[in-house]
Order: sequence, then C-alpha cells, then structure tokens
Amino acid sequence: MSAWETVIGLEIHAQLATRSKIFSGAATAYGAAPNTQACLVDLGYPGVLPVLNAEAVRMAVRFGLAIGARIARQSVFARKNYFYPDLPKGYQISQYELPIVAGGAIDIVLEDGSVKRIGVTRAHLEEDAGKSLHEGLGSLTGIDLNRAGTPLIEIVSEPEMRSAREAVAYMKKVHTLVRYLEICDGNMQEGSFRCDANVSVRPAGSDQFGTRAEIKNINSFRYVEKAIQYEVARQIELIESGGKVVQETRLYDPDKGETRSMRSKEEANDYRYFPDPDLLPLEIEAAYIETVRAGLPELPDAKAARFVGQYGLSAYDAGVLTASRDLAEYYEAVVRAVPEQPKLAANWVMGDLAAALNKEGLEIDSGRLPAEALAGLLARIADQTISGKIAKEVFEAMWAGGERADAIIEAKGLKQITDTGAIERAIEAVMAKNPAQLADYRAGKDKLFGFFVGQVMKATQGKANPAQLNELLKKKLPG
Amino acid sequence: MIHRQTLTQLAADLRARKVSSVELVRAFLARIEASQPVLNAFVSVTAEQALAEAEAADRALAAGRGGALAGVPIGHKDLFCTAGVRTTCGSRMLENFVSPYDATVVARLKAAGAVVLGKLNMDEFAMGSSNETSYFGPVRNPWNTELVPGGSSGGSAAAVAARLLPAATATDTGGSIRQPAAFCGITGIKPTYGRVSRYGMIAFASSLDQGGVLAASAEDAARMLREMAGFDPRDSTSVDAPVPDYPAGLGEPLAGVRIGLVREFLDKGLDPEYERCVREALAVFERLGASLREVSLPNIPLSVPAYYVVAPAECSSNLARYDGVRFGHRCADARDLQDLYKRSRSEGFGAEVKRRIMTGTYVLSAGYYDAYYLKAQRVRRLIAGDFERAFGEVDLLMGPTTPTAAFALGAKTADPITMYLNDIYTISANLAGVPAMSVPCGFAAGLPVGLQIIGPHFAEQRLLHAAHRYQLETDWHRRIPERFA
Repeated sequence: MSAWETVIGLEIHAQLATRSKIFSGAATAYGAAPNTQACLVDLGYPGVLPVLNAEAVRMAVRFGLAIGARIARQSVFARKNYFYPDLPKGYQISQYELPIVAGGAIDIVLEDGSVKRIGVTRAHLEEDAGKSLHEGLGSLTGIDLNRAGTPLIEIVSEPEMRSAREAVAYMKKVHTLVRYLEICDGNMQEGSFRCDANVSVRPAGSDQFGTRAEIKNINSFRYVEKAIQYEVARQIELIESGGKVVQETRLYDPDKGETRSMRSKEEANDYRYFPDPDLLPLEIEAAYIETVRAGLPELPDAKAARFVGQYGLSAYDAGVLTASRDLAEYYEAVVRAVPEQPKLAANWVMGDLAAALNKEGLEIDSGRLPAEALAGLLARIADQTISGKIAKEVFEAMWAGGERADAIIEAKGLKQITDTGAIERAIEAVMAKNPAQLADYRAGKDKLFGFFVGQVMKATQGKANPAQLNELLKKKLPG
Repeated sequence: MIHRQTLTQLAADLRARKVSSVELVRAFLARIEASQPVLNAFVSVTAEQALAEAEAADRALAAGRGGALAGVPIGHKDLFCTAGVRTTCGSRMLENFVSPYDATVVARLKAAGAVVLGKLNMDEFAMGSSNETSYFGPVRNPWNTELVPGGSSGGSAAAVAARLLPAATATDTGGSIRQPAAFCGITGIKPTYGRVSRYGMIAFASSLDQGGVLAASAEDAARMLREMAGFDPRDSTSVDAPVPDYPAGLGEPLAGVRIGLVREFLDKGLDPEYERCVREALAVFERLGASLREVSLPNIPLSVPAYYVVAPAECSSNLARYDGVRFGHRCADARDLQDLYKRSRSEGFGAEVKRRIMTGTYVLSAGYYDAYYLKAQRVRRLIAGDFERAFGEVDLLMGPTTPTAAFALGAKTADPITMYLNDIYTISANLAGVPAMSVPCGFAAGLPVGLQIIGPHFAEQRLLHAAHRYQLETDWHRRIPERFA
C-alpha cells in the first residue's frame, strides 16, 4: 500500500448546446471563419449590454435537477476582471457567490464494482472567452472571438476522488449525463467539454489536505488520467526528496506526457469579482423548476437499474449499455424485436457490433447497422435456425453487404441442421472414418470428444445444432 | 427670433409649416458656429447630415407625416453612440471611434423625426462636475465664460442655455444633468433608473447611469422624454412599464400636493443667497396650494463617500475594454502585450479617469471589497430606504440642486474632494434610482440657481407637472444670457 493518498477535485467546463450565445444573439456554431460569429456584444463594443439567453438557464436547471442539486431561486452574475486579448470586455461574466446550482452528487462505479458518490459543490453559468491563434501568423498572435460569449456551465466537484481512475470515471459520468440531458454535445476535440484538475497528495490516513496544483484545460479522458498520474508522481517525488509542493497552475503537455508550471499563486490575478450591474439577479420560479423537471429524460443510473431489473442484465452490462442515450435506445430497439432474448441482445450489442463499429471509428447512431437488422439475426439464433458460430459469419456478411440475416442464411445455405437423423448419419460416417480415435476414446481418452465434435461440424459445414450434436455424440461414442 | 422659441413652439410651427426644418437647422448651425470658439460646447458638428435630415423632415411634414419631433434640431451628449458619426466620450481614447450602431435613445429620437446637429462636449467618460476633464477642452458657461458650465453634461447644458439648440440629450450618474442645468439656468430631468434605455450609452457606472434631457422648460423636457423613454429588450435593467404621455395635461393644479424640504440639503455648505432663491421658489409652490414641511433623510450625508466607492468600482471594470486591441486609442510600436495595454491606456485616458479606475480597482481588491464595496452597497440600501420613508409622507422632495452657483474654471481642479462635494445634493437620487429634476429658480450674485425636485420611482410625470406649474408662475427659465439673447 502506498504511503501517499491522492486527492482530486475536478472543474468541468461544458459548453451548452444553445443556438445563440449566452448574452448575445450571435450564433455558437463551431468552425466558422475567425470573427464571423462575434457581434458587437461579443466584441465588447462601447455602449453594448448583455441580455441573458433563457435557453442557457433552462439547460443549467436541467443539469442541477439531474444531479439532485438545489436550484437557486435567485442567482447573481458577477464580473471576473482580468486583462487578456481574447477577453474583449476585460472581464468575464460568470457567477461567483450565488451560483444557479449548488450541492448535488454523481455516483461512479469503481473497478471493484462498488459505487462511490462524488459531491458536486456547485455548477454555475458563465461565458466562454475567445481564442488566441498562433499558427501561420509568424511572431504575431491572432484573436478569434467566435467562441467569446458561448455559454458554459462550470461543474465543480468536491475534492473526493482518490485516483486518476476515479477522476476519469467521474468525468465520463458527467459527460454521459450532459449528453443524456442534451445540454452539451460533449465534443472534446472541439473543446465543448474540458476540465481543470486540482491535484494534491497527503500521507495516507491524514485528514489535512496537501498543497494542490491546478492542471488547466485538459480535453480528453486519456489526458486527464495521464496528467493526474504524472502530477501525483511528481508531487510524491518532490516531497520525498525534501521539497515542497507550491500552489500553482500547471499545463499538461500531451506530447511530452508531463505537466509544467504556468503561473504561481503569487502571480495569480486578483479577479475583483463584483455583481454585474448590467444584469439583474436571475430569479427562478418554483413552477418553472417543476416544468423543467417534468421534461427530464430517464437518467443513466435509473436506466441502468431498470435494465438490470427488466432485462436481467448484470450491473456491469447495464452500465455499459446506458453509457450513452443512443446506445441504450439501440439496445432497447433490438430487445423490442426479440423480447425473449435480452441477454443475447446485450452480448451482441456490446460484443460483435461494438467491435465492428469501433474498427470503423463509428458511433452507434451512425445507422450503419439498424437495430431491426441485428434483431433479425438474433431471431434466427433464438429459433435455432443458425448457431452462434454461424451467426458470426452471417453478421460479417451483413456488415459487409448490408443484406438482412435471412437473405444471407438462405443464399449461403447456412441453415442449421436440427434433424436428428441427419446428424446421426454424419456421426456414424465420422466414427467409421476414424476407428483409431474411436478406440482410444473408448479406452478412456475423454479429450477426444472435442475431436469428434470438430469432425462432425466440419462434415456439416458447421451447420449441425451444437447442443443436439453434443447429446447425440455422448450417446453414440461409448458404443 | 427663432432661437428663443421653445421646442414645444418650434415643433408646433414646423407641423403648421410656419417654419421649415431647414430654416431652423441653418439658424441654429450659424449660432453653433459663432459660439464654438467661445463656449466649445460641441465636439462634432454634423452640418451636412443635419441639413439632409432637415430636408427629409420637411418633405415628411409637407406630406402630413413625421413624428412628434419632426424637424426639431437637437444634439446628443457625446457618449450616445451614433452610427457613422464619431462618439468620443470626451476622451482621447475614443477620439476617432465611430460606432457602427445607434444607441436606443438616438434611434428613438431619430424615429420621432428629430434632426441631430452634433455631438456635445462632456467630461471625459462623464467623470467630472465642471466639464474640465474633457480631452477636447473645457466648455464655458454662457452666463460668464470665466465660469464652468458644470458637468459632466456641460456641453449639452451650455448649448441649451445659449440657445444653440432647443434641447439636448444628457446623462446623469451623480448629478451630471441636474448640476449643469442649475449652473446654466435651464431645466434638466434625470428619469428613474431603468426608464430610459442605456443601450448604446457608453457606460461610466452602470448601476447609476441614466439618460435624460436638458431643455429650456419642463414642457420641452416632457416632449423629449416621451420619445426617449420605454422598455428596451437590449437593456436588461430597463423597466417594462408603460410610458405616460408626459406633455399631456401638464400644469394640473398643485392643491393638496405635499412637498418635503430635505433638511440635510440645508447644510453649512449651502450658499445663503442660493438658499434664499430656493426658499422663494418653495413659497411659490405653497402659494399654488401645495403644503410644505421639512423632511429628514438621515443617511444622505453618507451618499458622497458611498458614491465614490460604487461609481469608481463599476467604472474600473467598464473601462477595461479600452485596451487598444479592437478599437480606440492604440499606442505606437508596442513591444509586447503588457506594453500595449499600459501605454494605450496611459496615453488614452486623462487624469480624472485614471484616478477613478485606480480607486475602483482598489475598492474591489481582495481584502478591501467588504470594507468598501459591500459597505457602500449597504449605505445605498439605507439611502433608498430614507427616500421610501420620505415618500410615505410627502409627494415630492425639494431642495437646492447644488451648494453654490457656477464656479470659476480651474477653481476646483487641484482638489478632487472639493470637486466631488459639488454633487452632494444630487448623488443620493442616483444611489436610490429615483427621478429628479433641476429647475431654474432665481439668481445668486447674477448666476443661475437650481431648484431640485425629487420624486418616487417612475413619478416623472409628477415632477414634470410640478415644474411646469412653477414655470407658468415664474420666468427664470426664460432668461437667456445677454451675450446669446
């Protein structure tokens, strides 16, 4: 056991999927030419004023309700003041003392299968900043303000995670949740979902927090894990060699796989937060909260619990199948078509289908193999028209050619042999051809049973019903 | 003489086709041109554009169309953004800034048919009480050009007082409409916070700034305000309440109206001659049937210190956008980002603006926020409470607008505190968000004196009624400085 305990808290920034910005009417679409989606409000022109986007509020309330948090009946927008070229007004409008969401929790499943509850301190609305561009500009820096004013929800956890794995599990869970709620597209490459990790270590058993470092702006699950692992090792090594961790902001460099100092606490800005006088306090009526609550979808944990109860799945399988709303919907569409086979459906969706999609880098919602098509295949396994082994062959043909299972089975003559007489004839022929093996088997070499199974299958091109074959062989081989 | 007519009369004459807008515009432009070397009331004069607008107004009027102010010449304080015409805010920082859009106030007056003759000088970013902080030089008082016109709307006030314009827009953050109105002997109204949209009005202190009017009479101010006021979805702090028809029914009898004289305004700083004029004005109201009593608003003495925490705090943040990156003054040959910020801002802002940015930055800093900013906000609530209680007893509050009449140029520039104390009677209305006016009520040693009238939230009509009724009995508001008569 390590002498050190890791303490991690995450601040996740999720861009809200509104069509327009949080305080202006400019579009939020990603990828437009620089500064084509920044209006005068986003540019911080003299005289302009912010007007709050009601849709961003609705999304934040959705999130708060989904994590069982309190929705503030009154929350306040504040200005966070600092100078930076991609921050046009010289301040970011955020929420400080009175956030819209406070005190929720998110459950994660640990590697041993146990569930751990991570507290969410708060979640607040704020505007994103623009971007500084360096590529292709020589010694100059370009500013793209398309992102300026994009709505964000910043989700702040309690420092309750104890390993990089837990942090990743938490981040994935939040990622799942925001997509379930349809409040964030979750696109990490485009920066729609990113996090800052606060990391510290302390002697195992201590109840004091160590000095933390904040690793800024990590935009992949893998980098979160690696950055935290690196940072934990760095801090332990530093302390063990007599040094002290300093409170600072660090950046993760994925190319070098290390974190490095960005600025120390002493260099940190004094943000001079104060309530934004251009915006009135945000008042939320109880009736509004109930309307939003009524519109919530079934959430991942509830769905997973239902899958366990309704379909008899393991908690693990239910967790995997509910990791995204699309995956869960696909699974349930398959089950609706083959209601007697929920486990078979789970195995195929998580197994062959997932592998095939993964190989081509596709998502479940790509429409590559419709749920009814997979269900058509599973129906033939269920009614014993084909064996599981043959089914894999049919699946590959379906994947390659797009034809339905029945057509492929018919065309390739893969229909399973369930006629006892036919299987018996095949067994007899194999026994006749292999007298030596038969003698050895009868002399006690039980392992040769498999040999006979293989020979019969070969003779029937794999079409013999495996269960029947087993039974018949057990009867015939002993003589 | 055209220029001695009120806006009300001019609007009627235009509609009756007794005079054309082009004639009016030419006459006022000539006065502006002649006065400019003396008064320096304008930062920009838009003669060509004004004539084109006047011709259009005349065509509309000839066709029986045109809004309530069709063809009437006006001017805008140079912090209202005007598309295509530079908006300087009295600062080097925005010396060459041309806004791509019209402020809501500008757009509404345009829609009412008003013709804009130019942009009016002001204290830099509306920070000042004498118009001496303008990058474009001080404005002079038409009554005595050795004196200041007051500030920050000094250009608007001087222009109306000298009848270079029948009326002008202005803004009031701590007295910037009322104090220059008093110093220049004209009528000014600062509406309730939220009554007039702040969209396109370059911000000094967002929670205190309010657009309003400087005019020759309450009736003229009512006509302007009717066009300017109203909810604006682009200003979250503007209030969605119907706008009364302010000019209609002006001059209702004052019988039964309860007036409170604010005891705290009669402090030792008040010039005795000034006080005499104010008391005479109050006697007129009594004669008209109003009752008068003294009322105490005990927290008013705290208003100046509270204001000089809140206003600089907001300004320090509001003015952060002037960084030389996207618009405004940019220093030459910046070495790096820090150098760009430092030199652009050092060169672009004047001393008073810098003083307030530094004060504001200080009071918001970690460790000082509670002691200054939060405490000032608490004082603000106390002052608002004082007004609320007072308006439980009386309908209107009255008192002097300023402690003294206009002072000499340069007299207070060395000591910011004496300058700040000039706003001692006006600031509380901004802190409480209530509407307030200044109305000419006499002369102290030959200089105009202002009577301040304050009402509860959204009682603009009550203020205008009272002021108009008073102006029917007196002629102080008709006095014009001899030189500009």
